[in-house]
Amino acid sequence: MAYFKKSPWLIHYDGSSCNGCDIEVLACLTPLYDVERFGIINTGNPKHADIFLVTGSVNQQNVDIIRNIYNQMPEPKVVIAAGICACSGGIFAECYNVMGGIDKVIPVDVYVQGCAVRPEAIIDGVVKALAILEERYARAKAA
Amino acid sequence: MTALLFLILFPLIPAVLLLAVKHDGARGVITRLAVGVIVAASIGLPWLMNAGLPVYFSFDAEWAGKAMFFIEIFLAGLIFFLGLKYKHYLTSVLITLQFALMAWYEFSLSGTVTIQQHLFLDRLSLIMAIIIGVIGGLICVYALGYMRDFHDHHREMPDRRPYFFFVMFVFLSAMFGLVFANNLVWLFFFWEVTTLCSFLLIGYTKTAEATTNAFKALIMNLGGGLAFAGAIVWLAWSGGPLELKALIASPQAMVMIPVALLCFAGITKSAQMPFSSWLLGAMVAPTPTSALLHSSTMVKAGVYLVLRLAPVLAGSYVGAAVALVGGVTFLLAAFIAISQSNAKKVLAYSTVSNLGLIVTCAGVGTAAAVWAGIFLIIFHAVAKSLLFLCVGTLEHRIGSRDIEDMDNILIKMPTLAVMVLIGIGGMFVAPFGMLISKWAAIRAFVHAGPVMSPILILLLAYGSAVTVFFWTKWMAKIMEVSVLRTGHDPLEDAISYDERFAHWAHTVLTIGVCLAFPLVSSQLVEPYVAEVFGQAAGMEAGNLMLTGIMVALILILPTIAFPYQRKAGYVFGTAYMAGLNEYPDRMYDGSLSQRRKATLKNYYLAGIFGEEKFMKVGVLAGTCLLALMLGAALL
Amino acid sequence: MKTIAFGIAYVLLAPVIGGLLVGLDRIISARMQRRVGPPILQPFYDIFKLLQKKTVVVNRLQNPAIFCHLFFMIATGFLFFEGSDILLIIFVLTLSGVFLVLAASASGSPFSHIGAERELILMTAYEPMVLMMLVGIYKVTDSFHFYAILESAKPLIVYLPGIFVGFLYILTMKLRKSPFDISYSHHAHQELVKGIMSDMSGKSIAMVEIAHWYENVFLLGLVYLFFGFSPVLGIAAVILTYVFEILVDNTFARFRWELAFRSAWLVALVLGGGNLIALYALMGGA
Repeated sequence: MAYFKKSPWLIHYDGSSCNGCDIEVLACLTPLYDVERFGIINTGNPKHADIFLVTGSVNQQNVDIIRNIYNQMPEPKVVIAAGICACSGGIFAECYNVMGGIDKVIPVDVYVQGCAVRPEAIIDGVVKALAILEERYARAKAA
Repeated sequence: MTALLFLILFPLIPAVLLLAVKHDGARGVITRLAVGVIVAASIGLPWLMNAGLPVYFSFDAEWAGKAMFFIEIFLAGLIFFLGLKYKHYLTSVLITLQFALMAWYEFSLSGTVTIQQHLFLDRLSLIMAIIIGVIGGLICVYALGYMRDFHDHHREMPDRRPYFFFVMFVFLSAMFGLVFANNLVWLFFFWEVTTLCSFLLIGYTKTAEATTNAFKALIMNLGGGLAFAGAIVWLAWSGGPLELKALIASPQAMVMIPVALLCFAGITKSAQMPFSSWLLGAMVAPTPTSALLHSSTMVKAGVYLVLRLAPVLAGSYVGAAVALVGGVTFLLAAFIAISQSNAKKVLAYSTVSNLGLIVTCAGVGTAAAVWAGIFLIIFHAVAKSLLFLCVGTLEHRIGSRDIEDMDNILIKMPTLAVMVLIGIGGMFVAPFGMLISKWAAIRAFVHAGPVMSPILILLLAYGSAVTVFFWTKWMAKIMEVSVLRTGHDPLEDAISYDERFAHWAHTVLTIGVCLAFPLVSSQLVEPYVAEVFGQAAGMEAGNLMLTGIMVALILILPTIAFPYQRKAGYVFGTAYMAGLNEYPDRMYDGSLSQRRKATLKNYYLAGIFGEEKFMKVGVLAGTCLLALMLGAALL
Repeated sequence: MKTIAFGIAYVLLAPVIGGLLVGLDRIISARMQRRVGPPILQPFYDIFKLLQKKTVVVNRLQNPAIFCHLFFMIATGFLFFEGSDILLIIFVLTLSGVFLVLAASASGSPFSHIGAERELILMTAYEPMVLMMLVGIYKVTDSFHFYAILESAKPLIVYLPGIFVGFLYILTMKLRKSPFDISYSHHAHQELVKGIMSDMSGKSIAMVEIAHWYENVFLLGLVYLFFGFSPVLGIAAVILTYVFEILVDNTFARFRWELAFRSAWLVALVLGGGNLIALYALMGGA
C-alpha cells in the first residue's frame, strides 16, 4: 500500500509571480483551510518533498533553479502549476523576460488556474496530483 | 635492577652514535634498532623482574650521585651562559638560585641524609616506562621520516638532525630515570635534564620565535625546578625523607611544605594555569617534539609526580588547591580550544586541559580519583601522540596546519584521515578510553567532599561539554567532502614508511588499549591503587563488558554500513544549494551570474571563547590558587 | 534477565510509543492553533512514505553515519531500560549526536554545515545540565542504575527541584521544541533551522526521525525517574511534562543561538549548580 496519499510533502517555489498565489498557498496552511489535516507539510527542501508546487512563471533567472529543484527531488514526484502564471505565463506572458509557464522547463502533472488561485482549487489540485503520484509509484515498483 | 639501569643508560648509546652520524640511512638503521631494543626492554620489564612488584633497589651509588652533580654543574653553567648570550637574564638568575640550593644540599646537608633505595619499580612506574618506551620509541621512528620532509620543505633552516636525535634519545634516557627514581635528588636531576631537552628541542629551528618560546619554557620550568630544589633542601634540613615512597607514606602535617613545592614543580612542568603559555609556545617545535615531550611524556612527568603525591594530598587544603588549579585549567584550556583553528594549538590546549583533569584527580587524592587519573595518563598519551603524528604528516602533505584546510582529506588521504578520526574519537568519544577515564573522574569527584565536590563537578560538566564541541567540529571538517574522487591520489604515497609505521602502530595501540582496558585495570592499575590506598577502586564488570562491546561496535558498524550502500540502491545527487547550479568543488552560479565558490568555516566563537580573555583569567586564577596552595602548606 | 526483557521491550515498543507521542504532539499543537491537525497515526504514514521514496545521497559517507546515529540512539535507550550505568549511557547519547553532526557535515553543503554547527552548539548548551542532573541523582540515591534508583524510593523531585527545572529547560532543546529548535525544527522546515537535514532524503530522514522517537521515550524515562517513587505520579508527571513542552513550543518564538546557548549555561549554573551546592551542604560530602 502506498502512503503518498496519506503523507504528501510539498515544496513550494515561487517563480516570477506577484506573490498573490503564494499568499493563497500559505493561506492553505492557516487554520481556515488547514492542509496539515491531510498530512501535507510544506518542506523547504526538495530532497524531502514529493510534490513540487510552483507559482509564478519562468524567466531567465529562475529557469535553472526550477530545473535544479526538480532534479533534486527524489522519485516519485509530481509537479503542480498553481496559478495562471505558472500554467502559461498569465498576464505577463508577453513580457520580454518571461519565458512562459513552467512546463517550458519541467514536466507538469496538474494545472490549477486562477489569478490568484483559490485555496480550495489548490487543495483540489493536490488531491489530483496525489492520485497521479500513487499511480507513478505503482508503475515504478512494477518495473 | 640491571633492567632499570639498562633502560636508563642504553638510550645514551644511540644518542651519541646519532650525534656522530650524518648519513640519513645509517641514522635510520641505528634509530630503528635502538627503538626496537627499547620497546622490547620496556614491555619486557615485568618478566625481567624476578620478584613481584613493587620492588626497590638499593646499591652503593656514591659514584652515581657524584656523576650527577658534576653533570649538573656543567648543565647549570651551560644554561647560565645561554641565558646571558640570548639576553634572557631571568634564566641565568633562576639557574643560579637553583644551583645554589643544590650546592648547599650537596655540600652541607647531604651528609645528614641517608638514602638507601635509589631506584624502584612499581606498577605506576611500569605503566609510565611502557608509555615512554613504546610511544617514545615510535615517535623517534616517526621523526626519521618527518624530519627528512621537514628539511626538504625548509631548506633555509640548518640541518641539525644529528643533534635533534641526540637530544631525543637523551630525553628518553632521562624520562626512564625519572620514573624509576625513588631518590628525590636523582629524580630532580632527571627532571632538570628533561627541562633542558625541552628547551633545546623547542629552539631547534633557531628562529627568533623559537628561541623566545624556548626561553619562556625554560624560565617557567626552572621556576618549577627551583621549587623542587627548595623541597629537597627543606626535607634535608628538617630531617624528612628524601625517598619518594617514604615521603608519600609520611603523615601530612610533617611534609606539607615540600609536597606543596613539589606540586608547584609538577604544575609548571605540566603547563597548568598560570604556566600554560609555555606549552602553547612550544608548538613551534617540530612535530615529533610536540608529540614526545609536550603531550605524551615530559608533561606527563609533571602529572606523574603530582599523582604520586596523591595520598598525601587527599583531604588537605593543599590538595584542594591543587585540585582547583587542575579543574580551572581543565575548564579554561577547553574554552580556549574552541576558538583555535590551528590544529597544533587545539591539540596543545586539549593537552593542557586533560593534564588539568589528571591534576584534579591527584588533588582529590582518593583511590577512585587516582584510578581515573592513571587511566587518563595512559589513554591521553596514546591518542594525543597519534593525533600529533597524523597532524604533522598532514601538514607536510597539504601545506597547512589549519583545520579549515582539512576538508576533502578523506578523498585525498583516506587512511590518514581515518586515523585522525580515530585519534579524535579516542579523545572524547564513548567508549574510548578518555571517556571512560572521564566517567571515572566524575564518579570520584562526587565523593570529594562537601565543598570541593560541587565546584569540581561544575568545572567538569562545563569543560566536558566544551570538549565535545571542539573535537566534533574538527571531525566534521574532516568528514566534509565536496570533490569527487578522481582516481588514485599521490598525496598519500609520498608518506614515508617510518611515518606510516608509526601511524599504524599508534592506531592499533589506541584501539588495543581500549580493548585491553579491563586487563590493564586488573593487572596494573587496581593493584597499584590497592597498594597505595589500601582500598579497591575500579569499574564494575558490567560496565567493562559494555565498553568492550561498544569499542567493537563503533569500529565494525561504519565498516559494514559503508559497503552496504551499493546494495541499497542509493541515487547520487548534488548537495542542496537552494536550487543554484552546482559545479564541482562547491562552485555555484551566484548573483550577477558570477561563478563563486562556497566556503564553509567552523564556528570558532572567538567573541565568547577568546584566547586572550581566558588566558588572562587563567593566569589570574592560577596565580591566586597557587598562592593559596603555598599559604595552606605553611599553615 | 528481567531487565533485558525491558530493554528489548523498549527497542520494539519505543518507535510505536514515540510515534504516537509525536502524533499527539501535532494534534495538540494544531488544536492550540485552532486547527484540526493530522490523524494521530500521521507520523507512521510519514515514515512509511519516506521509506518508499528513493534515497538520494551526496556521497557515501552520510548514510553510514546516520545509521550509527540511529543505532547508538537505540543502544542508549536499551541500556537505560536494561538498567546500565546512566552516566555511561549519556555519553553514548552524545556519541549518537556526534554521528548526526558528522552525517550532516559529510555532504559539504552550506546548509548542512550550518545545521551541523547549530546542532553542536545545542549539544554544548545542554550537556552541563545533563551531567549535573546525573550527579545529583547519584548523590541522592547512590546509584546510576534505573531500577536501583526506583527501588531506593527516594523522592528525587524533593531533593532535586532546581535540577528538575533546569532539566525541563534543556528538555525543550532535546525535544526539538521552540524556542530552542535551532537546528532541527519540527515546524519550520527551512534551510537554516532544519539545515541539518538538507542533504538527507528517503530512508535517511526516516532513520533520523525514528531515532528522534527513541530519544523522546528515553528522555521521558529520565523525567519519570524524578517521580518514580510513585508510579502514578511518575506517569502523570511524564504526561504533564510533555504537554507542558508542547505549550512552551507553541508559545515562544525561536531564540537566536547565542541566547539559547548562554541561557542554557546560565540556567545550568544557577539551578543545577545551586541545587548541587545545596545538596552537598545539606547531605554532607561522603
